Amino acid sequence: MLTLLLFLIPLIGGLLILNLKSQKSAGMFSVLVSVLQILLFAYILINFDNPDFQSNLNFDHKWLADFDIRFHLGFDGLSLLMVGLTVFISAIVLYFTSTMNYGKLSMFSALILFTESALLGLFLAKDIFVFYFFFELALIPVYFMANIWGGKNASANTFKMFIYTVFGSLFMLIGFVFLYMRGQSADINTLKETVALLPDGLKTFLFWGFLLAFAIKMPIFPVHTWQPAVYTESPTPVSMLLSGLLSKMGVYGLIRILIPFGYTGVKEFGIIVIVLGIIGLIYGSIIAINQKEIKKIIAYSSFAHMGLMAAGVLTMSTAGIQGAIFQMIAHGINVVGLFYISKIIYEKTQSRELSGMGGLAKNAPKLAVIFMIILLGSIALPLTNGFIGEFLLLKSVFDYLPFLGIVAGLSIIFGAVYMLRVYQKSMFEYPGFDELKDIENKHLWVLVTLALMILIMGIMPNTILEISQSFTENLIQLK
Amino acid sequence: MYPIITLSITGLLTLFLGLNSNRKALLPFSIFGLLIAVASNFLDWNKPGLYFNDMLAIDNLVLVVQTILLFSALLIVGISDGQFDEHASPAEYYALIQFTVIGALIMVSFKSFIMLFVGLEILSVGLYILAGVDKRNLRGNESALKYFLMGSFATGILLFGIAMYYGATGSFDIDGGLSMAGRLPEGKIFFYIGISFILVGMLFKISAVPFHFWTADVYQGSPTIFTGYMATIVKTAGIFAILKLTLSTFSGEYPFWSKILMVVIVLSLMVGNIAAVYQSNVKRMLAFSSISQAGFMLLSLLGLNSLSYGNLAYYSLSYALATVGSFGVLLILSNQVLENGRPKEDFEVFNGLMKRQPALAIVLIVSMISLSGIPLTSGFWSKFFVLNDAAGRGYVWLLVFGVIMSAVSLYFYFKPVRAVFKEPNPGHEHIELRKLPKLLLLATAILTVILGIAPNIFRGLF
Repeated sequence: MLTLLLFLIPLIGGLLILNLKSQKSAGMFSVLVSVLQILLFAYILINFDNPDFQSNLNFDHKWLADFDIRFHLGFDGLSLLMVGLTVFISAIVLYFTSTMNYGKLSMFSALILFTESALLGLFLAKDIFVFYFFFELALIPVYFMANIWGGKNASANTFKMFIYTVFGSLFMLIGFVFLYMRGQSADINTLKETVALLPDGLKTFLFWGFLLAFAIKMPIFPVHTWQPAVYTESPTPVSMLLSGLLSKMGVYGLIRILIPFGYTGVKEFGIIVIVLGIIGLIYGSIIAINQKEIKKIIAYSSFAHMGLMAAGVLTMSTAGIQGAIFQMIAHGINVVGLFYISKIIYEKTQSRELSGMGGLAKNAPKLAVIFMIILLGSIALPLTNGFIGEFLLLKSVFDYLPFLGIVAGLSIIFGAVYMLRVYQKSMFEYPGFDELKDIENKHLWVLVTLALMILIMGIMPNTILEISQSFTENLIQLK
Repeated sequence: MYPIITLSITGLLTLFLGLNSNRKALLPFSIFGLLIAVASNFLDWNKPGLYFNDMLAIDNLVLVVQTILLFSALLIVGISDGQFDEHASPAEYYALIQFTVIGALIMVSFKSFIMLFVGLEILSVGLYILAGVDKRNLRGNESALKYFLMGSFATGILLFGIAMYYGATGSFDIDGGLSMAGRLPEGKIFFYIGISFILVGMLFKISAVPFHFWTADVYQGSPTIFTGYMATIVKTAGIFAILKLTLSTFSGEYPFWSKILMVVIVLSLMVGNIAAVYQSNVKRMLAFSSISQAGFMLLSLLGLNSLSYGNLAYYSLSYALATVGSFGVLLILSNQVLENGRPKEDFEVFNGLMKRQPALAIVLIVSMISLSGIPLTSGFWSKFFVLNDAAGRGYVWLLVFGVIMSAVSLYFYFKPVRAVFKEPNPGHEHIELRKLPKLLLLATAILTVILGIAPNIFRGLF
């Protein structure tokens, strides 16, 4: 029941918030819902290893009687981590939105909460059609947010994103229908046993169908063309959701669906995807170096990170999958932090371009310090969370094919180049803002929390890696 | 069975009510008539039986479909509130709607081909009139004439088919074909001609390709409210008439008619979806969309199994809700903006709807999402059901094809959705909206979402 509660709180909260007229109460209420979610998640996290508690974590209800499709939500190590990330990031996005002046706050918060609910449904899904249902669903509130609050080109860009992702996921749907027909069941765990009996052609199809869906969602090269414009043109909360959470749906799908259901394809064609991932990694990094807007740089760096995660997962090694899981969380936190700071800098300087900033560190030392920590996390400096993830991922790629590992390793240098360039251009150089005030306390404490998490995860990565350890080992045994 | 009687009476009474110069009573009375029909429909619940010399067969499944038909008619009548100008004669319209529903009810419950023909004619003749009620509109006249000529031609083919069928089997009963099962193909040539002509006649009615040429022009020319009516009632009645045939007399000849159906489905999906992309008139777009939806519905017939009836009923309900929603919003908006004295019907009418009238915007968005088959709406499950049916019979390539075409459809279904978020056109900010249409349109959207989240509440009936 707790699982269902976790899924329903944002949904019901969102519906209630829609009816709130005042901006202030909408903001308060959305934060309240987030706090409730975090408390519930903490309760689940603490009791997770307790065997008596497991029955609380499973929710199984018939959805379509004639078709044996069940509304089945449940936990395992991977789900737990993803749910934690979703709850945490959504809370930050909701808080961030309530402090900024976007207008129609009650609707905005409600849509964010709906997105959160859909994401939780996805990360907890134990039935392929529940998975598909939420995979598509998460996009709809985001589409509306980007359209209503987005910049002047938002409509065309989000439409492109919409077409891309729905097109991809339709192939996943075909795959699911095949699996469902062959296995006469829609349960993910039951179907895993069916896969071995499928003919080779179908297995290959399943691999490519699923891959297309998840590759577009992440996105990885060469189906990434929707991403930079959407991340840049969308309002910052939407960029945060897209980069911090929705892109993780793709990685999660790779781990949850592609590896178990397409593992013969992974063995056969995995190298293609890994190479594409690494191409994206290098390509995204190089483009990021030449960008002039902070949001664009974050977008391309995000795209680069996604490429490495895909490569890591497709190596089907413990290091690769553990690294990808870790990096999902690390990247989620870092990228949300970066977007947060980019918005604060924009509020202070009214400029999106790097050339319109400069010298902020003089008058805003606190901002500079926080920015540095989050930035270093993104560059993957040791002692930050980014290092653990990148290291594991690079190790897996290196073990797979040393040459690719070496090429992928270059990305850390590129990452340092574009990120430090942002820092230099915005924080140092010509001091142009004498009247500038330092970061407000209402933003500071959130960013300090993020910075602390970056450091804690970097210093004690095992707390997270242990949670997904048994899941990953089970997954690897499939080979 | 009872609704046929009650609707005949209330329909006639509506005509007489029209003699009164006060038009206010017409709409409530027509709604009342349809509500009585819905209520009387359930008198037959759990009492399956044969009527009119065994020419109509009623059981619970039929009753559910009949309720869907009556419900769609109810929605259409309710939405028409306040949409007729002083030149219109609503008494005739409402009476014709009630009469045509009778035809549709017969079409889903017939047991004899005579009844199929009678039902089809009652439905069609009424619609020929409704398509042309706007006498001053050139396109309306064109559409009525086109619909009439093409429709009578198709009915002729159907009749010819029925005659052949009678000649081959010696019976008008839909179970008569079963006696042909043991014969060699050479001995069944007239039977084959019969069922293929009957199929063609029916496929014309649901506007499946290549019998679709009338659709776009007729949809565009008819008054929007009757286009919406046509799109829901005729399609539902037609597809269930075909389903009834495939379940009974055609059932032994699956290898024969499935080939015809396969070609029709592929063409319908292709022509419907691809032609819709290029339309600039919303009604033409919806016309081609209805063609592609017919193609999807036929998928279920191709993959005929014990679940098909429920799947198609779910599809029809979901399609009716979305169609009424989209035509309703279009009707209200296009009547506010006149262009050369005619309602404006291109995608611009939706511009800025989110700011002008959020309730209508939500209805439109939900309808479009549902028609394109994206989760959260009933449209997703209905597409899933029919594709699953087809794939279950081994038509895996049709599953892939259907899904790709469904991806194409995203493009045109989202044209209105994108317009909704644009800035309103200057001078057209205000929208006059009465309570009843607003309520009904919101109800379609809410039902679509509820059916999308918990499909089992309706699907579980079967």
